[in-house]
Formats: sequence, structure tokens, C-alpha cells
Amino acid sequence: MTWEETPKDLEAYQAALDALAAAGVDSRIAEGRARSKAVRTWREANPEEAAKLEKAPKAPAAAAAGGNGADVAAAAVPAAAAAAVGAAPVMAAAAAVTTPVREAPLPTGNVPTPKKGVDDKHRLLALVPPEGIQRVEREQGDRVNVWPHLLIEEFVAMFILLAALVIFSTFINAPLRELANPNLTPNPSKAPWYFLGLQELLRYFHPMIAGITIPTFILVGLAAVPYVDRNPSVKPGDRKIAITLMTILFMFGATLTIIGSFFRGPGYNWVWPWAQGVFFEL
Amino acid sequence: MKLKPPSPSDVGDRIRETEVWKSIFRPGSIFRRGYKDTSRDRALATMNNVLYHLHPVKVKRHGLKLTYTFCLGGLSFFLFILLTITGIFLMFFYRPMADLGGAQAYTDMQSISTSVFFGDLVRNLHRWGAHLMVFSVSLHMARVFYTGSYKPPREFNWVVGVILLFLTLGLSFTGYLLPWDQLAIWAVTVGTSLAAYSPFIAKQANFLLLGGVVVGPNTLLRWYVLHVLALPFVLVIFLAVHFWRIRKDGGISGPL
Repeated sequence: MTWEETPKDLEAYQAALDALAAAGVDSRIAEGRARSKAVRTWREANPEEAAKLEKAPKAPAAAAAGGNGADVAAAAVPAAAAAAVGAAPVMAAAAAVTTPVREAPLPTGNVPTPKKGVDDKHRLLALVPPEGIQRVEREQGDRVNVWPHLLIEEFVAMFILLAALVIFSTFINAPLRELANPNLTPNPSKAPWYFLGLQELLRYFHPMIAGITIPTFILVGLAAVPYVDRNPSVKPGDRKIAITLMTILFMFGATLTIIGSFFRGPGYNWVWPWAQGVFFEL
Repeated sequence: MKLKPPSPSDVGDRIRETEVWKSIFRPGSIFRRGYKDTSRDRALATMNNVLYHLHPVKVKRHGLKLTYTFCLGGLSFFLFILLTITGIFLMFFYRPMADLGGAQAYTDMQSISTSVFFGDLVRNLHRWGAHLMVFSVSLHMARVFYTGSYKPPREFNWVVGVILLFLTLGLSFTGYLLPWDQLAIWAVTVGTSLAAYSPFIAKQANFLLLGGVVVGPNTLLRWYVLHVLALPFVLVIFLAVHFWRIRKDGGISGPL
């Protein structure tokens, strides 16, 4: 039986809905409560007709209606709970006659008998107050499917990089100098390029400062960035100080690394790469 | 009645109807018969694939913009995978030995270049890929900074990223020693000499790093183990946290 076919008191429905809405109850919950109120009011006003409806075989409709059937059942909880035990076999029989094709097994209607000497228990599947439901509110926004849009982009980027790297590696060989000799120091001897900024700092500061204090300070400082910069905006216009400071840091690092890589020659002395040549190996 | 040989497309359809094929390619796979370009199958294609489900089913449209991410994080990850594969290949031909009477490490490097099939190419890929990874991870960090992507709720993921940068440098530096040529040991000598200036634990730190007082055979073995096992192990753990946190913190940041 659908909601439209269910006998109900529409005035009670509207009154309950208005009252709940005024109390600030969520509209979806208010509607459900108002519906059950409307059906209950009608049943209390017309007890004979309600009893007649209870007895009528309504299994086919209930089976077909699905969600609506549950609606009605929920509305008629107090009466139906008592009646269901007796009515179930009848409903099952009726369903078997009128709807011969049904995929799921028919309900048996058997209720487990309680143990002797134990209080009768009221069984509930679940009773969740609306306040107990965690509502996840996230803006849906303008979203696109990862497949194909993002994945294709990633694959293209990956293959371009792979192709470039393979071509580069085909033509340019990684260096392999003569066998390591602890007694023969090459001139100049340089660290790998990503440490050349630090090696350059060694020219200006005591090794303890250049090699330990400054790198530690930079690493810890970098890790602390999100906890120091509490400005919530991501707009470049609102973050002038942060961007300026970080750009200065990056520029310092890049400049020192470039100087260490290309402008330092034998004895780690200053050279002009276009005049004396480049003393740099990857 | 005339018997016709089945066309290749018939055979393909037959194969894709088999239980074996269907058990391998789950619903939503584009290799499965009946893939339709619908929202449902597009979602399943992401969800039902062990690799793709690093991603959510949907992302913000602006995240596709190339000039927002420049794909730097993804490319760094791809380089890590490439370095793992080429590194495993090189491990078959390399012994981290430099004891008296001959430096196996160095002669192995020479034979990788001269007598191993594709050895030279794979070694070049490994070396250039490693330099490129240091570069791309640094650029990735710069991108994340300039887009303000470290701001709440992503603060901790930035910290994980700094740790990953440090581990990347560590992996690159430990690998630098392994060829055991003049370039390698002197670069490492210069780099590690700084450890001797650390406060309080100078001697201990130096000894821990080098396995002796100078760069020698012990250092080579130590750095080899760090390079092929210890550091990648730690890096993968932090990588997993990094990727997991991207999802948990609400996907890609922005738009600006």
C-alpha cells in the first residue's frame, strides 16, 4: 500500500509537520514523524476500519511496494508487532498463490521460542537517534572522474619523462673515473651537486656553522613552516612575506649551488667557467 | 554447410568471456567485455584497480590543470619506481667489495658498462634518474609552498614531505659512493667530513657513517646496505603515509 493509498488524517499530518519544523527538526525526520502521526491519528479515530485493514491479506502489495511497505509497517508499529506473528504464515501463503515467481526464499514466519524462566525480550535491530548520525558535509564541487581524465594526464607525463630519460641515457654516459685511491686527492674535490651549496658555505663560515648548524636549521625550519605561518589564506596576494622569505631562501640555495658547481676550480678557488673551464661532475 | 574460421575479434571476445579472464579483470576494467563509458564504469575502473585506487574516484576539476601541480609529485614517485627497477637490475651484477687485492665494486662497474647486456643504458638511467629525482622532489616542495598547500589540514603532510626530501638526499648520497671511483670516494669524503664537526658526538657520528676513520671498504658495505635496503624501506613507509594523508586531508589543495 503506498502512502497515497494509506488512510490517514491529513490535518494531523500538517499540524505535526508545522510543529516539528517550528522546533527546528530536520525536514526529512519531521516528515517521517508527521506521517506516522497522521496514520496513528486516523487509526485511533476509526478503530473498526483499522482492524479490518489489519486482517485483510496485503502481502502482495507489501512485497511489491518495498520501501513503502516498510513505511506503513513503521507507522503501525504498536499494533503490527503483536499481529505480525500470527499474520505472517497467512501472508506467506497468500504470497505463494498470487506471486509464483520470487527469487528470495519465502519467510518461514517462525519466531525463536524464548528460554523458560527468562523474561520476554523485546528485540530491536537498531534504534538510532537522529542526533547520533554523523553527517558528513562536504561540498561536491566541480569534480571529474579520475579515470580517464587524471590517469591519462599522469600516463602522458610519465611516458614523456621516460622517453626523455631513455634518450638522454642512450647518448650521455654516467661518469666512471679511475679506481678509488685514498692517497691521491683530486683537485678540486667536490661533493655531489646538491651539497655544493653547503660546501660553498664552508668558504665563509666555520665548518660547525656551515656543515651542522645551518643545514639543521634549514631542515627543522622547513618542517616547522606550517606551524609558524598561521596565515590561513592561500592567495599569493595575502602571503607576500612568506613568499618573499621562501623565495630568498631558494635563491640563496640556488646561487650557492651554482657558484659551487661552476665557479670553483682547482684548490676550490674562484674560476670563470667561460675562461678557465668547468670543474663539475655529476 | 560451410565452416568459417573465426575472426580475430571473435577469438578475442571468446577469451574475454572466459572465467579466467573475468576473474583477473574486475568489473570496470577497460579490458573486460562490456565496459561502457558511463559514470558507473569510470568509477569502477578506479575503485577496482590496485594501482589506481591510490586516487579517489573523482577529483576537483582544477586539479587537472597542468600549471597547478606540474605533475611533480607523481613524477617523483615514478622516478622512485624507475630507480627501484633499474637498481634491482644493477644489483645482479654488483658486489660492494673493495678489500685488499682488488676492488670488486669497481671492476663490476666496468663490466656493467662493457659486458652486461643493456648494462650501460640501465646504469645511465639509474644515475640520471637519481639526479633528476633530487631535482623534482625539490621542485615539488617549491610548488607545494607557493600554492600554500601546507596549510591546515595539510601541515603534517608537509612535515612528511620534508622527511622524504631528506631521505631522497640520503639515498642519492649513499648511492654516489658505490661506483668506487675517484669521483665517488672524494665526494663522499668531502660530504662526510662535516660530520666530524657535529657537537658532542663528532667521533661517534663519523665512525657510524664511515665504519672507520676514513672512507674505506667498510663504508662501502655500510652505504650499500643503506642504499639498497634500509633507506628505501624507510622511504616507502613515509611515502605510504604521504599518499594516505593526501586522501585523508581532502585530496589536492586549491584552487588558489
